[in-house]
Amino acid sequence: MTKVGRPVLGGRRLSLDWVGTLPFFVYVLLFLLLPTAIVAFGAFFDANNAFTLDNFAHLSRSYVVKATVDTIGISAVTAIVGATLGALLAYAIVTGRPNGVLRRLVVSASGVLAQFGGVTLAFAFIASIGPAGFVYLFFQSHGFDYYAGSIWLFQIPGLVLVYLYFQIPLMVLVFLPALDGIKPQWREATESLGGSTWHYWRHVAGPILFPAFLGATLLLFANAFSAYATANALINQGGPVLAQQIAGALSSEVGAVEPGFAKAIAVEMIVIVTLVTIGYSLLQRRTAKWL
Amino acid sequence: MKLGNLWRHLAVAVVAVFVVAACGSSNSSGSASCSESTAKTATSASACGGTDGLIAAAKSEGRLNIIAVPRNWANYGAIIDKFTATYGIPITSDNPDGSSQDEVNAVQSLGTTSRAPDVLDIGKAVTLANLTLYAPYKVSTWDDIPTAQKEATGLYVQDYGGYMSIGYDSAKLPAITSVDDLFKAEFKGKVALNGNPKQANAALNGVMMANLAEGGTPNDISKGIDFFHRLKQAGNFSPVQATDATVKNGTTPVVFDWDYLNATHGADVPTWKVFEANNALIGDYYNQAINKNAPHPAAARLWEEFLYSNTGQNLWLAGKARPVRLAAMVQKGTVDQTAAANLPKVTGTPVFLTDAQATAAKNYVVAHWDAAIS
Amino acid sequence: MAVARQSLYRSRRIKLQLFRGVTFLLAAVFFLVPIIAMLEFSTRGIHGERTLEYWRSIFSYPDLVDFNFGPAPTAAIDASLELALVTSLAMLVLLVPTMVWVRLKLRRLSRILEFICLLPLTIPAIVLVVGLAPLYNHWLSTYVSDSILTLALAYVVLVLPYCYRALDAGLGAIDVKTLSEAARSLGASWFSVMWRIIVPNISNAILNATLLSVALVLGEYTIANNLLYNNLQVELVHLARANAGVSIAIAVASLLFAFVLLIAISLVGGRPRRMRSEAVTNFGTGPVQGSAG
Repeated sequence: MTKVGRPVLGGRRLSLDWVGTLPFFVYVLLFLLLPTAIVAFGAFFDANNAFTLDNFAHLSRSYVVKATVDTIGISAVTAIVGATLGALLAYAIVTGRPNGVLRRLVVSASGVLAQFGGVTLAFAFIASIGPAGFVYLFFQSHGFDYYAGSIWLFQIPGLVLVYLYFQIPLMVLVFLPALDGIKPQWREATESLGGSTWHYWRHVAGPILFPAFLGATLLLFANAFSAYATANALINQGGPVLAQQIAGALSSEVGAVEPGFAKAIAVEMIVIVTLVTIGYSLLQRRTAKWL
Repeated sequence: MKLGNLWRHLAVAVVAVFVVAACGSSNSSGSASCSESTAKTATSASACGGTDGLIAAAKSEGRLNIIAVPRNWANYGAIIDKFTATYGIPITSDNPDGSSQDEVNAVQSLGTTSRAPDVLDIGKAVTLANLTLYAPYKVSTWDDIPTAQKEATGLYVQDYGGYMSIGYDSAKLPAITSVDDLFKAEFKGKVALNGNPKQANAALNGVMMANLAEGGTPNDISKGIDFFHRLKQAGNFSPVQATDATVKNGTTPVVFDWDYLNATHGADVPTWKVFEANNALIGDYYNQAINKNAPHPAAARLWEEFLYSNTGQNLWLAGKARPVRLAAMVQKGTVDQTAAANLPKVTGTPVFLTDAQATAAKNYVVAHWDAAIS
Repeated sequence: MAVARQSLYRSRRIKLQLFRGVTFLLAAVFFLVPIIAMLEFSTRGIHGERTLEYWRSIFSYPDLVDFNFGPAPTAAIDASLELALVTSLAMLVLLVPTMVWVRLKLRRLSRILEFICLLPLTIPAIVLVVGLAPLYNHWLSTYVSDSILTLALAYVVLVLPYCYRALDAGLGAIDVKTLSEAARSLGASWFSVMWRIIVPNISNAILNATLLSVALVLGEYTIANNLLYNNLQVELVHLARANAGVSIAIAVASLLFAFVLLIAISLVGGRPRRMRSEAVTNFGTGPVQGSAG
């Protein structure tokens, strides 16, 4: 596969450049596009393997519509907040020693935490700030009851907070390489030309970092969008997240299994992320002009 | 490498000799030997060379695949260990947290491969919806099982069951004497179900328990939905998924669950008590079925024999589940007396849902649950 | 002039150190408090006393580890470590040359490549496994292999979104085109452009992508579980079913295990390449602070 770099027939005129990407696309075709197609295809069939569009009609069920709106909201908020906070943390890391202990620790911890989720992550928050957690008990005994109104940890705001626990570290890891590319000389050059800190960020570092920032935000959006186990542990009832509705339709043991419908929700999710990606491309092209 | 191959061939040859010897010995006792194809269609142990023939065939298969039986569920951990210790057959236990539907999905998607599950332990709705997947088999203790609790040909057989209950930490909460106690102010944010009733059998039956306690009938679960709607409005219902950890840590000190599962929380919380309402005693049994494409057909059948033997049934009983042969074993005096005495006490007439009632309840819950509690 | 500039640097450095201190402090609180809560819980006995009983029971579990590495690992940790290794290598071999090639020759494909790499995240794993199951159960296990290591084929797909983003940020920070054209004009083969110019210059991005893929594989549960393979996380769920204390002790142990492994990787993978990159191209990926201090 390392042959990729070698032009197979030499001349560019033959325009065989695409051959270099062949291994990747063949692989992706087999192990990503084919399974995706199998899922999408299945959305058009009912339990008796007869063709139907009902599965898509069912997407108008009130709980699916609500879950769609909620999931987009949760994903967007955790992506934007996570990307911003993650970028700040990454900046704090990159301004330290390049091979320092601190950087290694934070980067390794980020790798672990970016993939941490599910019942255990939910429990980590329940055991700390939950209604029986020591943080809550401490504050409560000092006269501050942050669950006085309602136990928001088990509602959407709580889910957002818990998602940030893996979104921020993910941002750190994917954004650090972009920050590494910023050269201190550029800042000196800006200053020797009389530019302020604002000028530097607005006209020099900002435009270079912005595409990476936007791309990372998109990644965070998709990451939150398909997350399932954490939401299911924290808000087990009411299914605020689309992936929960899919799980319910796939593995209900009380007889409510609708595999075709589950796949139709999956198709809906692919369509939504495709739309968001198109929006992202347009935004990136736009910003490329005014930056 | 060559040497390794040699050893492997030798080992295979040795095993083969033993298998032939084993089959031979059962031949000599007058019954048919148990080849793989015989085992696949055997509807009783006698069709597979009797108990000895079955054991020998199972040993030569060398493995048993089970699915969705976590170790702390109805004492399955001890059952697994005992089976392996008795017959020397290692068990591959997959997807420990899976649902009944996950079990069936695995049977369907893995087909005839060697990793497919051999046996299933599934709830009623899923059992009835997938009748073409099982192989009929009658265990040797077949006659002890009440007629209403088995399919006539042995396609599926009830194995163990229990009653819906409310478990709670008596150190933190006042004693529960009726389901309506859950509306008290002390229960704010503390009442949880084991799972989502649209998906999990235990949770659906929790709603049915509340329904019966509120004067509803098994035909109409709407009063149960209404109960949880009011509980939610009172701020007492918690949407968090109850796990061992949330129970121990005190986040979900009140849980609707099967009594045999609720009872296990006592290991983590010594003050844990289990309440069963005599006006809302809803019971349910799980079913055993053998995968007709079981990669280890003899081991699957031996596992069933083991589960329905006195040993297997008493192990379930020790896990506070009610094995299907309980009444017969009490009568014959083969029951584990201590374990029987430890069962949660129930009074009142238990309700077992008919298929039609279960379907109606499921349909109503799927349509109304999310709106009721959000 | 010079004095003014020096005082400017000094005040900026103080501000920067303040910013860093506050950021790290807040991050430490946010990220450590939940872990501490789990540690506390996993050492709490049933009467509130401190105990290491739950931690001890992890290490007496047989199916977890037996150091039988090879094509057919028998224990869960062995299998997950091998999967992490295979997945990371396959990901790098597949992704890095393709991304560089697209940057050099096929710019118009870059959006498609980016979207494809994001696609695995749009489908929750519980559904993706429905599409993967026929591949595994009808094709791979019959005609190729039944080994748990075949999971790596699916894992490479799962890590694409994260690794693409990390590598893209790294490639975006260097001028791939100029670097490779310069090297080509000096007679370097494409292979040595790749290996001696590009790779050293994006070593941090490669390291981060590797950390992400190793962490993902070590933490993966859904795909393995639904294809009925017992990897580390599935085995841990079995073990966790002993009791509440054990289930959380295992979770913390598994996080610590991954953390130690990633630190080890970052120690092995970080340093030498950087040195070489500065030596070869003088295009070091130095930090902003580097020469200001």
